[in-house]
Amino acid sequence: MTHSRTSRRGRNLPLHLVLVLVGAVMAVPLLYAALSGFKTTDELSRNPVGLPESWVTSNYTQILGSGDFWRLIGNSTLIAVGTTVLVVAVSALSAFSFARFAFRGREALFTLFTMGLMFPFAVAALPLFLLLRSLDLLDNPLGVILPQAAFGLPMTIIILRGFFRQIPGELEEAATLDGCSSFGFFWRVLLPMARPALGTVSVLAVVTSWNNFFLPLLVFTDAQWWTLPIGVQQFQGQYSAQYAKVFAYLVLAMVPALAFYSVAERQLVGGLTAGATKG
Amino acid sequence: MTSTFLPDKRTGRDAGLPPPATDRSRSRARRRALNWLTAVGFQLPALVLFMGLVLLPMLFALYAAFFRWGGFGMPSEYIGGENFTRLLQDDVFLGDLWRCLVLVVLSLLVQLPFALAMAVLLNQRMRGRAVYRMLFFAPYVLSEAITGILFGMIFAPDDGFADQVLGKVGLDGLGGEWFADPSTVMATLFLVMTWKYFGFHMMLYLAGLQAVPRELTEAALIDGAGPWQRFRNVTLPLLAPTLRISVFLSVIGAIQLFDLVWVTTAGGPDHHSETMAVTMFQYGFKRYQVGYASAVSVVMFGISLVFALAYQRFVLRRDLEGATTTMRGDGK
Repeated sequence: MTHSRTSRRGRNLPLHLVLVLVGAVMAVPLLYAALSGFKTTDELSRNPVGLPESWVTSNYTQILGSGDFWRLIGNSTLIAVGTTVLVVAVSALSAFSFARFAFRGREALFTLFTMGLMFPFAVAALPLFLLLRSLDLLDNPLGVILPQAAFGLPMTIIILRGFFRQIPGELEEAATLDGCSSFGFFWRVLLPMARPALGTVSVLAVVTSWNNFFLPLLVFTDAQWWTLPIGVQQFQGQYSAQYAKVFAYLVLAMVPALAFYSVAERQLVGGLTAGATKG
Repeated sequence: MTSTFLPDKRTGRDAGLPPPATDRSRSRARRRALNWLTAVGFQLPALVLFMGLVLLPMLFALYAAFFRWGGFGMPSEYIGGENFTRLLQDDVFLGDLWRCLVLVVLSLLVQLPFALAMAVLLNQRMRGRAVYRMLFFAPYVLSEAITGILFGMIFAPDDGFADQVLGKVGLDGLGGEWFADPSTVMATLFLVMTWKYFGFHMMLYLAGLQAVPRELTEAALIDGAGPWQRFRNVTLPLLAPTLRISVFLSVIGAIQLFDLVWVTTAGGPDHHSETMAVTMFQYGFKRYQVGYASAVSVVMFGISLVFALAYQRFVLRRDLEGATTTMRGDGK
């Protein structure tokens, strides 16, 4: 026994080395940015690799003390929440109809929505911009929320439909016999039961919206509405010579996404794999 | 389906007392119409949103692509297919296609096999597995723009972190201008893409590997199959549906690549990292040749569509029902 265990550990050693190496490549850029934020730009050019000589916190505290950074966070949050509420509500209604009704045109309509998965957002960006401009939705959070929700529909509908189909039909019959309308069944029975699935699609929608760059870039020229990725890009343009400051900004901008990921890892990974592999 | 008897209640029909024949068929028609209206009513908000903000803009781009148009007022100067013939002679756009192909090939030959190797490694029981999984996947949740800016600084020419580290370990020769050098910009971009995305594909594979029944690999082991044979002949075929989806997502991602490129190089130096989406952005938002930019959009869409349909027809078709309903869209 002991012999086989040691030999297995011996065989695993190279594998562990590979993982440690890859792990280092993944982690080092992030650690480097975090450490660089604690240096002065001066020190950064002298000592780019090592630990800070003296830990300077002013880069971080200045950013955290400025209203600009918090406004970006606020805008990103507002837009992420708005998008998520809209896309999940609208998709849930649609997925309910796909999962629980047999109606003429159902398959054609569902195919239409799944085709949406093939439309890269970049393809529609230009005409979308023109449409938003003619609707006077530029420099308006709705100009980002509505299109993001529209482009999030296919994935959300597919995941929710799969979940709704698993809920036994007897439940609906029972609810109907108790005098529930179909909307009543949807609202009072189906949605509460679907909470895990709703959590999954909400997490996906939040992350997608939070990281979106292209659309806010097109829609917001007014700094008042900038979201985090746009703000980071602008900050880097403005302080391009002050490396340490920019690193601090990048790190702070990554914190919310990483924190959210550590809280919602299960839903996020579950949602992505379910979205990609199941209907 | 279960709700087919719902309208019954509304029309007040009692199933126990069959009405006269003509009345019955009329009521059935009415019931069916009501059922249809209810079902479609639930679809309405999604349909309006999708039509208005996804399909309508796409159709408009298709229309605008046939005009010379600066983007203000309605397009009026119809020029037929001139924008498209111009695209075919545009070296930058042809370069975009070539670079897209390069990224796809690199992804398929390097990034996805690497992700698969990592997935197989992390599918074993071992210490720290959860930590590695979380670490490898973490970059995926970061914004492309923020990732791009970070690596733009890490790969700053000559005195960036990457060059400094290479210098410290005596590999100065590997360092260089990275994003600023036409001959290395695509490789650097691909490096960053791999850092950012391989974890996502790894997670897909891990989910697929979990679904491979242990009995099968054990049976192969008893039959005397070595580790490679077990992987090649048992695991890989069972993982095929997942691999096909992952290839599909990888290609679609390469076609629409924008954020990473825009914040690192904006397509430069001298168009050497430009993608179709960047070209579209340049013409549409910087040079106000909106008709021409629309033609780029249309071609991008055409490529995505043809690829998706062909992929569905020839590759995904072989998969088992249920594994790929997402892409088949037949609702079964």
